[in-house]
Amino acid sequence: MEQLLQVNDLITSFRTTGGKLPAVRGVSFSVNEGETLCIVGESGCGKSITTLSVIGLLPNNGEISEGSIKFQGEELTTKKEKELRKLRGNDISMIFQEPMTALNPVFTIGYQLMEPLKTHRRMSNKEMRSKSIDLLKQVGIPDPEKKLKQFPHELSGGMRQRVLIAIALACNPSLLIADEPTTALDVTIQAQILDLIDDLKTDLGMGVVMVTHDMGVVAEVADRVMVMYAGNVVETGTVDEIFSSPKHPYTKGLLASVPNVDDTDHKLEAIPGSLPNLNETIHGCRFHPRCPFAMEKCVEKDPPQFKVSQQQYSKCWLQEEGISSEPKDRAYS
Amino acid sequence: MASSESIAEERISTKPKHQKKEKVFVKTIKRLLKNKLAVFGLIVIFIQFILAAFAPWFASYDPVQQDLINAELGVGAEGHWLGTDNYGRDVWSRLVFGARISLLVGIASVSLGLIGGIALGLLSGYYRKLDGVIMRLVDLLFAFPGILLAMLIIAMLGTSLVNVVIAISIWSIPTCARIVRGSVLSVKKQEYILAMRSIGASNTRILIKHILPNCMAPIIVFATMRMATAILSTAALSFLGLGAQPPTPEWGAMIATGQDFMFTSPHLTVIPGIAIMLVVFAFNVVGDGLRDALDPNMELEN
Repeated sequence: MEQLLQVNDLITSFRTTGGKLPAVRGVSFSVNEGETLCIVGESGCGKSITTLSVIGLLPNNGEISEGSIKFQGEELTTKKEKELRKLRGNDISMIFQEPMTALNPVFTIGYQLMEPLKTHRRMSNKEMRSKSIDLLKQVGIPDPEKKLKQFPHELSGGMRQRVLIAIALACNPSLLIADEPTTALDVTIQAQILDLIDDLKTDLGMGVVMVTHDMGVVAEVADRVMVMYAGNVVETGTVDEIFSSPKHPYTKGLLASVPNVDDTDHKLEAIPGSLPNLNETIHGCRFHPRCPFAMEKCVEKDPPQFKVSQQQYSKCWLQEEGISSEPKDRAYS
Repeated sequence: MASSESIAEERISTKPKHQKKEKVFVKTIKRLLKNKLAVFGLIVIFIQFILAAFAPWFASYDPVQQDLINAELGVGAEGHWLGTDNYGRDVWSRLVFGARISLLVGIASVSLGLIGGIALGLLSGYYRKLDGVIMRLVDLLFAFPGILLAMLIIAMLGTSLVNVVIAISIWSIPTCARIVRGSVLSVKKQEYILAMRSIGASNTRILIKHILPNCMAPIIVFATMRMATAILSTAALSFLGLGAQPPTPEWGAMIATGQDFMFTSPHLTVIPGIAIMLVVFAFNVVGDGLRDALDPNMELEN
């Protein structure tokens, strides 16, 4: 498998009245062709900002201050806006969280489907029309000819998300970024959309980066998982490793806070405290104020990424050799 | 029981489908027609359009042809059903040609004002760096009372109808720019704009093809309301002698010449006055109706 995307030590910061604040603090990851990487974490931990940095759509006051993003061997951070625009929608596409607002209400589905084709491909109107019908069929929309003439408000949320996926896939991108694609959908539709993304990934051989905070989604689609906390990657690993032997206390906490349907006596374990503010300076590991396993060392020094296995890395002092991982007080059962 | 239920269900499911198929345009017109005042306004505007378009057919005399023997005939005089003015010119013919002038001046000045206002509004709403500069410029224009600004511009350019158009359009720019800017600010934060950027659309394309159509509703309302102001201002400026010059059959100018004969022949001021009032009222009422018809919150009531 060929490496598609390689992000190294990415730091993305925002200019605010309180000065320059980093929202992403040195994130590194890679995505291979035909692989799904899930980025999980609480709201505000920098998941979305990481993906927006990759596609180059940061808000006005945000900028990539350090690090490199290599896509198919090409460096993206130094590219001009015009060159990036050629990549967007063509090689890298994005699906957004809110299918209700991500379609322009004044245009028909057909018009919006043809937008990427108009921008990136030279096609006659007839070709564009047949291509858009194919796309709608591909994402499983019944009666595509009729749908082309309809307006977004005439479709349900799930249908709209399918249309958005079709728009994103119009130019056969090699990397698909999905920013919480199922959060705004009904549970029954969620599974359909996830299956669809998964099928399309195998059919088209795309790499997929999926941002989510739903561990259920992760279990369903991910090949590899990257857990983020307060702008840092705290743990990476294959989906099996993350679910069967999570190493970082934060990952354990996330897994413990997933409701369990089978076990009625199961008590939900919330992670105490809340995500630190961007401008909060925390000495040492940024998770230590909330960590049940915190040691003195955690306050003193920020831990590096420790290799646990071939694919699994954990940014926690607990993984340092010689330290037993027996917690002081067992927080998560 | 079961069959009646399914029929009822069918009705519910098919009816909205047909309604939705109608274009937004048709829906807006339908809603507008429910408003009785707006219908009245539309009729007045329609009549003015017809009169303006076919003025030579409706007018029985040349509007500037003097006929001193028949000067100052009253309303209902033979051959001149609205009478004649102090030079014996037919008031009806002058009124009809005046409709043409006021409509042309109104449309021209509003279109020019819209072009300027929309351009400035789009730029300042979309590009944050331009926002400060453009909005300060707009504030500067706002600092003058409208009619004074128009008079100032005419004083610089000279008195003529073309200059009235220019003056009124410049006066329309700041209001229009602010309205458009406000809409752009709210539309550009929508996710579909980000989605457009994510498929690689250029700024110009996003601005013109995707943001502008979403700002259309307030612009249409503004344009209609502005027509009323433009027509009124044209008349006012002509009344003051800054717009149309004497022989031209302009409504404001007609009132200006008529005021010397207020007591001997009041119809010279009253008739063009009524014409101005009706037209301005009509455009205002239609503007109001359009605002209600285009308001998405009204959807629930229907």
